[in-house]
Amino acid sequence: MNYFLTEEQEMIRDLAARIAKEKVAPVALEYDEKGIFPRDIVELMAKADLFRVFIPEEYDGLGGGIMEMSLVVEELSKACGGIALAYAASGLGTIPIMLFGSEEQKKKYLPRLAAGEILAAFALTEPEAGSDAAAVKTKAYPEGDNYVLNGTKQWITNGGEAFIYTVIALTDPTRGPRGASAVLVEKDTPGFEFGKKEDKMGIRASVTRELIFNDCKVPKTNLLGREGAGFLVAMKTFDKTRPGVAAQALGIAQGALDKAVDYSRERKQFGKPISAFQGIQFMLADMATQVEAARALTYAAARTIDAGAKNVSRVSAMAKVFASDTAMRVTTDAVQIYGGYGYMKEYPVEKMMRDAKITQIYEGTNQIQREIIGLQLIKESLQKKE
Amino acid sequence: MAEPIQIIVDKCVGCGLCIKVCAYDAVSLVDKKAVLNERCTVCGACVSACKYDAIVIERRPFKGQEVEEYSGICLFAEHRHGALSSVVYEIIGASRELKASLGKKISAILLGDKVRDMAEELVSYGVDEVWMMEDPAIGDFNEEIQADLVAKILLDKKPEIFLGGGTIIGRSLLPRVAARILTGLTADCTELMIDGENKLLRQTRPAFGGNIMATILCNSHRPQMATVRHKVMKAAESLGSHDGKIVELSYPILKPRVEVLEFVREEMDTVNLADADFIVSGGRGLKDPKNFALIEELAKAIGGAVGASRAAVDAGWIPYSHQVGQTGKTVNPTIYVACGISGAIQHLAGMKSSDIIVAINNDPGAPIFNVAHFGIVGSLFDVVPELVKQIQG
Amino acid sequence: MKIVICIKQVPDTTNVRINPETNTLMREGVESIINPFDMYALEEGIRLKEQHGGSVIALSMGPPQVESALREAISLGVDEAILLSDRAFAGADTLATGYTLARGIKKIGKVDVILMGRQAIDGDTGQVGPGVAENLGLPHVTEIRKIEQIDEDGTIVVERLLEDGYVRLKSKLPILLTVVKEINEPRLPSLKGKMAAKKAEIKNWDHQDIDLDPQRIGLTGSPTQVMKIFTPPKPSGGKIFEGDVGQAVTDLLAELRSAGIPIGQQKEEG
Repeated sequence: MNYFLTEEQEMIRDLAARIAKEKVAPVALEYDEKGIFPRDIVELMAKADLFRVFIPEEYDGLGGGIMEMSLVVEELSKACGGIALAYAASGLGTIPIMLFGSEEQKKKYLPRLAAGEILAAFALTEPEAGSDAAAVKTKAYPEGDNYVLNGTKQWITNGGEAFIYTVIALTDPTRGPRGASAVLVEKDTPGFEFGKKEDKMGIRASVTRELIFNDCKVPKTNLLGREGAGFLVAMKTFDKTRPGVAAQALGIAQGALDKAVDYSRERKQFGKPISAFQGIQFMLADMATQVEAARALTYAAARTIDAGAKNVSRVSAMAKVFASDTAMRVTTDAVQIYGGYGYMKEYPVEKMMRDAKITQIYEGTNQIQREIIGLQLIKESLQKKE
Repeated sequence: MAEPIQIIVDKCVGCGLCIKVCAYDAVSLVDKKAVLNERCTVCGACVSACKYDAIVIERRPFKGQEVEEYSGICLFAEHRHGALSSVVYEIIGASRELKASLGKKISAILLGDKVRDMAEELVSYGVDEVWMMEDPAIGDFNEEIQADLVAKILLDKKPEIFLGGGTIIGRSLLPRVAARILTGLTADCTELMIDGENKLLRQTRPAFGGNIMATILCNSHRPQMATVRHKVMKAAESLGSHDGKIVELSYPILKPRVEVLEFVREEMDTVNLADADFIVSGGRGLKDPKNFALIEELAKAIGGAVGASRAAVDAGWIPYSHQVGQTGKTVNPTIYVACGISGAIQHLAGMKSSDIIVAINNDPGAPIFNVAHFGIVGSLFDVVPELVKQIQG
Repeated sequence: MKIVICIKQVPDTTNVRINPETNTLMREGVESIINPFDMYALEEGIRLKEQHGGSVIALSMGPPQVESALREAISLGVDEAILLSDRAFAGADTLATGYTLARGIKKIGKVDVILMGRQAIDGDTGQVGPGVAENLGLPHVTEIRKIEQIDEDGTIVVERLLEDGYVRLKSKLPILLTVVKEINEPRLPSLKGKMAAKKAEIKNWDHQDIDLDPQRIGLTGSPTQVMKIFTPPKPSGGKIFEGDVGQAVTDLLAELRSAGIPIGQQKEEG
């Protein structure tokens, strides 16, 4: 299907596809099995200028937007959703700086992020604060010229590998969620440590760690935006990065679909390839249609955001929820088409099914996404009446 | 300047065969006539393919040597570590056949330090005249020194044909000589014959990675030079005694700019499976891990990589990196030799695009024989050692 | 340091197939690529510049579409690209090609290192490198698997592959080297490189732009000519040998050799 990409977008997509095929695919199964962080591939992506794609030109980026970032994430995810996440999660950690950073902060971090010299991460989730993000307890109390951080963040992607962390913490304990702020913390700041690496069901090449803050002092100049704007930073960031998660899910789904189609042509039962049976053809048809719909929705959301639309929460939530649910369905069906072989670790699809699951959970569970969409619909309906 | 290649419109019937054979997308049909575009590299494939002689290439090469002054078949006697390179015997074999067609003498150029023994050996193989230059200053092989000497000898002795080995040395030396004396050179010939009519050397060799064969002529330049592909032509047998002579030559030896520091011998390590041109694989039929030594030996003999079926890998006989098949590597070699492999679909998925599949299995009903181009039904424990023996000669 | 890399645009012969019925080349979907061995030369040349400073020029001879190959070279990091293009250059055999490229390099001026891949995957001859060196009066070494070092005074030490090992050689620049795959791992293009390549100006030189003897170029400059092109007889499927092992093996080897397979050849591939 023609999505009317510009020449530059095609160039970006083709290079990402090449890296996926030549560099990511050969190591995907091994890195997943052993839980190896793809440092070597991150370096390759950096040399290829992939990290520049969504960063403004004045900070050494190529001036593209969410659409370009999504194209990269999608292509990489076709080969491995876990390895793609190292890139996507750094995007998640870069966007708050792009949206809310001061000129100094942008100049300090964005060029290095664009060069892929350093990675970023975003830290909101805590043991007691998942969907109920407002329940964060991590403190960042002001003390002289600094904020002092105390508390734990959980399940932070790129934890330990990233250099710069956007941490949502309470700078004012008296105002509830309105007391939360976004603070930039650099790795190796005294009092900032990492917990053990999590042993996950899927996306095992991606590294997930606890962040532990113990009287960690950061200068007040590390505040991102205003005090009290923590959740605004988070929400505005997620609005923009949901298409990236959708793109990851989309890539995983497409990768699984492609493998399922190829396998169905080679596997012979009852004297013919199983692709000759309508049962399989119908499954593949439904899988392909859903993937295409997910793609159309993801690209539309990305383009809407890049066009500068004011209110993008609904459309970006729709892309995320639909693409991730699609990925779960499609990868499960892919395993089914592979039959017994699909269940074996030697064959690639069980990994894709394990990888797909997280896309329904993180960056806002699909239940939260549905709540966002529902509330937004009601709001729009109310506004029409007025 | 006239177009080098032209379509004779009256002869063209619009069959489109030229389009099918063109690898450069340079031909198309316009109003049922073939038309060439600027992508054409004048490779000549369409000229060859056209059944109606409707495509011609105008050739008027620059003035060559005086053809009548050149006579005889000359070969470059490449040697290393004190012995003639094995390709030389194959070239001698080819030269003897050319001699039978042309009725001309065979000569050899032998350059080096202390090479007289080899000169005598060349004579015993049927070389009529060895043009030998012995000098320690010639030393190890050096392109500059030897290209200079060979060019001078060829200009003085004027053989009509000059052959060298398609070895690293030969493929480096002969082009330099050809560029110095301004004549044609064809690389890696697999067949050499004398054309019955014009007595020219017909040089046949593979191109396009072996997908096509081309027959080349060098009409008006001498000597007609060619390198001979190693291990294709049959090696000559010694004649015992032969009435040939050794002529000692002397020329000034130039001082080369390139200097040899040291030679380091290296066993060819395991060739990368994905790139390998030749692969020998072992399967369940090997019965025991130590028998992989047989596979390795055959692989070494043909200069190939070692592969394995999943059964062998699962049994722990060889690491997973050697596994060929659906869940292993997909390979695309010129030859794939499957030893003791039954040919399950998952294995075939990894190797079925090999150019030539050779199967060795003692079960005549093994499915591998359905896809193999050649097979030997027999015990691999007998067949593989015999293959190694006959290949190593 | 001034480095010139000669590249050739070739059809991707690894994907070429023969139609089994008509026994003709099926060229559908066969794309034009930079000769794979030249990719290693490009990588090495760019690395030399990164190490020693200077500039890297990519040079090619061919029809106008070869510009796309030169743009690809620029996207990898080459500074300048020159295309020798003229109908008069067409139909050149390796002698004429070596001459033409050499005259082009002469026009570029003083050069320190000339690099190219060991052979092109369409012609498979490996003859152009030595020819260029001879025409320029420079030393050459083929099958380079490593450039160990280049000193300030222009001394270069290289490792050259041989069938049974390798030899270490020392020389003074300028020199021409042909490289094998073992020498490095070619990089991927970068997005910035690709954008620069799109805008880059590729110099086009025809036979009048270069100081050369028109008798030595193109068809006129080619002593060899192709008499005939044919597809090799594919060994017919399914020939099974049984019985006496010795005889079976002899027959098998004879079949393979008559199909032109160099069985027993060592280190064929670079």
